[in-house]
Amino acid sequence: MTGKIAIVGDGDSIMVFKAAGVATFPAENERKAREMLRKAAQEYEVIFLTEELARALGDFLKRFDETPYPVILPIPSGKGSTGYGDEMLKSAMERALGVDILFQK
Amino acid sequence: MELKKLKARLTTAVRGHKLLKDKSDEMIRRFTLIIRENKRLRDEVEQALSETLRQFSVARSLTPEYVAEAAFVMPAATVTAECGVESVMGVDVPKIELTSSEPSLPYAYTELTSEADESVAQAARLLPLMVKLAAVEKSVRLLADEIERNKRRVNALEYVMIPQLEETIKYIRDKLDENERAAIIRLMKVKNKKA
Repeated sequence: MTGKIAIVGDGDSIMVFKAAGVATFPAENERKAREMLRKAAQEYEVIFLTEELARALGDFLKRFDETPYPVILPIPSGKGSTGYGDEMLKSAMERALGVDILFQK
Repeated sequence: MELKKLKARLTTAVRGHKLLKDKSDEMIRRFTLIIRENKRLRDEVEQALSETLRQFSVARSLTPEYVAEAAFVMPAATVTAECGVESVMGVDVPKIELTSSEPSLPYAYTELTSEADESVAQAARLLPLMVKLAAVEKSVRLLADEIERNKRRVNALEYVMIPQLEETIKYIRDKLDENERAAIIRLMKVKNKKA
């Protein structure tokens, strides 16, 4: 199966990926992003989403957790990482194992 | 009759419990491997991506807004990915491989600075990693769900099903023993009266 790749995010962060050949869906705010995601989810298998939007849309993203596709990956935007990805990892780990094996220092 | 049926159910439950427990252990082992990989990939991607994006915004700020907009309107390359499904311990997880063409810049060299070229190239190089991370991270989430569900099944068998069955079997056996004793006593009494 051939899949397509898309990115949803604010203007600056996604432009460089547009040049690299990824379909882009500009979204400045939460509401717009939700709309774009819904559209993108039907057509694209891999969707990148900037962390700021992913954080705001946390509950909405849960509905994609059950099936293998589409895969939605939060990525840091131009402003740098907010640690959202690590938080998601941590919650998955705690649910499955009940202990922290990655972040404990 | 009922006792026999219950005994059969108990052995099935015990065997099922053992199998599920093994499955759970193995899944957790795989999960720890995958989540370590996930963490490593994510750190790598986040670091490289932040750098690329920062560089790109600097590069873009050197040219007027509308020139930059125009330069990126038509993408010259398209990436597609080969999407498959892989089974890890009976859980379907995505397996994605990037099949992209060599990226070419969608604008003339004179339009934007070379820093912009460089960051586009970097982004293109990053894509395979990002796609891999996407697949791994999804796997982690799917596996976590499955492990949780499996744990619940194991616990239901261990703490509810099996004790309940054992209890019922014990009750029936006691009752049967009781009946047997009663029958023997009755026979003895009948014998005594005759004598």
